[in-house]
Amino acid sequence: MVRVIVDGTPVDVAPGSSALQACEAAGKEIPRFCYHERLSVAGNCRMCLVQVVRAPKPVASCGFPVSEGMEILTDTEVVRRARRAVMEFLLINHPLDCPICDQGGECDLQDQAYGYGTGISRYQEDKRAVTDKNLGPLVKTVMTRCIQCTRCVRFSTEVAGTPELGMVSRGENAEITTYVEKALTSELSGNLIDICPVGALTAKPSAFHARSWEYKKTDSIDVMDAVGTNIQVQARGGEVMRIVPRVNDEVNEEWLSDKGRFSVDGLKRRRLDRPWVRVHGKLHPASWQDTFVSLARRLDGVTGDRIGAIAGDLCDAESLCALKDLMVALGSSNIDCRQDGAWYDTSAREGYLFNSDIVGLDDADALLLVGANPRHEAPVLNARIRKRFLHAGRGGFPIASIGGFPTDPTYDVTVLGEGPDALTGLLDGSSPFAETLKNAKRPMIILGHAALTRHDAEVVYKACRQLAEQVGVVNDGWNGFNVLHTAASRAGALDLGFLPGSHGLAATNMLRGGVDILWLLGADEFPIDKIGPDTFVIYQGHHGDAAAARADIILPGAAYTEKPGTYVNTAGRVQRSFRAVFPPGEAKEDWRILRAFSEVAGHTLPYDTLEALRARMAAVNPVFAHIGTVEKSPAGLARLSDGSPTNVPGDFGSGEFRPLIHDYYQTNPISRASPTMAECSRVYAPAHAVAAE
Amino acid sequence: MNTPWKPAEQPEQFTFDAESEAEIVKVLKKYPEARKASAVMPILYIAQRQMGRETGSAWVPLVAMDEIAKRLDMAPIRVYEVASFYTMYNTRPIGRYHLQVCTTTSCWLRGSDAVVQACKKATGINNVGETSEDGLFTLTQVECLGACANAPILQVDDDFYEDMDGPSTEALIAALRTDERPAAGPVTNRCGSAPEGGRKTLLETPEAASENQ
Repeated sequence: MVRVIVDGTPVDVAPGSSALQACEAAGKEIPRFCYHERLSVAGNCRMCLVQVVRAPKPVASCGFPVSEGMEILTDTEVVRRARRAVMEFLLINHPLDCPICDQGGECDLQDQAYGYGTGISRYQEDKRAVTDKNLGPLVKTVMTRCIQCTRCVRFSTEVAGTPELGMVSRGENAEITTYVEKALTSELSGNLIDICPVGALTAKPSAFHARSWEYKKTDSIDVMDAVGTNIQVQARGGEVMRIVPRVNDEVNEEWLSDKGRFSVDGLKRRRLDRPWVRVHGKLHPASWQDTFVSLARRLDGVTGDRIGAIAGDLCDAESLCALKDLMVALGSSNIDCRQDGAWYDTSAREGYLFNSDIVGLDDADALLLVGANPRHEAPVLNARIRKRFLHAGRGGFPIASIGGFPTDPTYDVTVLGEGPDALTGLLDGSSPFAETLKNAKRPMIILGHAALTRHDAEVVYKACRQLAEQVGVVNDGWNGFNVLHTAASRAGALDLGFLPGSHGLAATNMLRGGVDILWLLGADEFPIDKIGPDTFVIYQGHHGDAAAARADIILPGAAYTEKPGTYVNTAGRVQRSFRAVFPPGEAKEDWRILRAFSEVAGHTLPYDTLEALRARMAAVNPVFAHIGTVEKSPAGLARLSDGSPTNVPGDFGSGEFRPLIHDYYQTNPISRASPTMAECSRVYAPAHAVAAE
Repeated sequence: MNTPWKPAEQPEQFTFDAESEAEIVKVLKKYPEARKASAVMPILYIAQRQMGRETGSAWVPLVAMDEIAKRLDMAPIRVYEVASFYTMYNTRPIGRYHLQVCTTTSCWLRGSDAVVQACKKATGINNVGETSEDGLFTLTQVECLGACANAPILQVDDDFYEDMDGPSTEALIAALRTDERPAAGPVTNRCGSAPEGGRKTLLETPEAASENQ
């Protein structure tokens, strides 16, 4: 550690820290625009000037390395005057349009101008004007406001891995642009809005909708993918206006995927806001009581084994637990959370989780992707892979993949093969990458759903486990066998045992006419026409998507922003969200619907408060008692081979891994209802689809 | 302040010819494989010269920058940044002869205004930065060319014409119009930056100088 004296206070900081970090460690706030702790240091805004004793002039603290015994002064007249001068320069060309600027109220420049701005301008000449750029449907630009901190350039190059933004020309003419006008192709482009310190990059869909101080802010969890991104839902009145990420270094750092951020307008459209009952082939609105009574009547006399339930991708653990309990009460063991028909080893928690945790990526030194395309399946996690890739330097983090990528993964990948056959080469050691994995200290395998939803998923899964065994993916304190989920509800549902009982039917069999009554809890992601014509379908959910149209009874539920919920992310981290707004119309929280119906059906569930339900969840699986953390098995990291065969059983099916997500922007009922996401999918449609039009 | 290129001007494709390819091989040898992005500046200039050879207008079109980005494993925007930063890369088509008048202090004191005026008069260009109607000349104003001893300077493409004034500028442009390129250097009776009309000091040999003392 290096001892530095900041304004007379000694602080110890790591060698190689910058003076700015030392000042932060000493609790001094240093104004800055271009410096961002997750990006490289540019040092071009000059706002972070401090005085270093014995230095001839003020230094930019963000790029000034500390040395032993260095004395830094952050609050002297010299420093204040220097910062005021910098601010005066920044404001020369910055327009005075704060009243009509979307960034107003959350603008770094505005805030810091309060501290360092002069009340008047000495600048008599014409201000500079810059033409606005079209960066696609998500990011709006007002380039005249740009102070050229280059945070956006560094973000798109370093974090997002899509180097499309740059600063062209020089001096007075310098501007941030893509040069060739094009929409940004990153799935993380919304974060540009957050990192822009001024109002140059703002959200296009919500332009001129609200002011930052009008929002009611509620902590929540993103459900658009299984990363469990920590978000803050910002609502005004009864309407969710926008979603921004919260900082959680163990999950999402401070990034949020575009789908999670911009699907908000889908929360207001195509909503199910009252119960519906199908009478003589036509859906009619009904009251909750009538709906429950008619549903109870329909259930009357049906044996448990003819009733089934399938859970969707966006469900909170509370509703899953309540639905499972209700099904058990009705005598049914036909429950399944795998609407995509995925196969996992569910005998232990390690069998279906991202065991190394997302932070584990920072330590991994070799990676094999099997049927996974993290860029579309979990963009924030993909940024973490890229971060590791960049940090490890050339060849420091070899990545191989089985199954190609439709888009650039943003890091170098060796594609070993298109289908599961490529695993054979790794298992018998004929592929050179087997040696790479074996030599790595912390190797990692990420098994994606493109592999797990195939008909030969079980064989692929077991082959991967065997490979993990062979190359030492599980070793002391390290478990690099990772399943990458795409559904926010999946890990939680598996933890709750939302799976067919010993004689129960799996989702595919239920659809094939195995049941007479099918309860869909927000399940839309399967071909609805596969449901047998005689099956009575109950759809409980929040959006009028495909399944709702087929339903005989619709129970309107709450979307993730409208209910307090528990979600388990792909790494097994149990996280809670809170209610930001109330559900629309007569819609209710899902577990309350199930609890209310259970009473009408004569099988009252034994909880009537959220606390009691959560106690029940913790009784089903103790992990639900530990919020915010990842619970490892008591025995540490279980040997994956325990109790499962290590010889590859059966043969791999033929055919390549097909991409799981065809259109990143529309993967669930909320994003399909969102006009913004529809626009994105139109703009970012794969080239061949456009050509076909 | 607009994007420094226009779609209509951009050619559909660009391929390096044999001469450029040979130069590129030479340039790339100077850098290690992992650092070949460093070659972006010389290669941009190679592309610009090739355009000059092929079309009579030495500039770097977008397609050429994309090709360079591909060869050097860079993101295209990184090449655009470099090309637009340096004023010696032309990102828009220019005339066959690029008249670059230095108007920084030394040249200005020695009468660069007359050179600019003469350029405008002889080429019919109204404002600095424009191209003449016949497409032969583009007039730009540049900062110090580092030849102050021979101010004022008029740089035509790669050649310095020194000690210019109004009439000599017009004569030079008239010569360029006839496809003739006068020898570069001072247009007055001067050798390099030596005094006009020959040496003024150190006229004697050192021996004679010591004898005279």
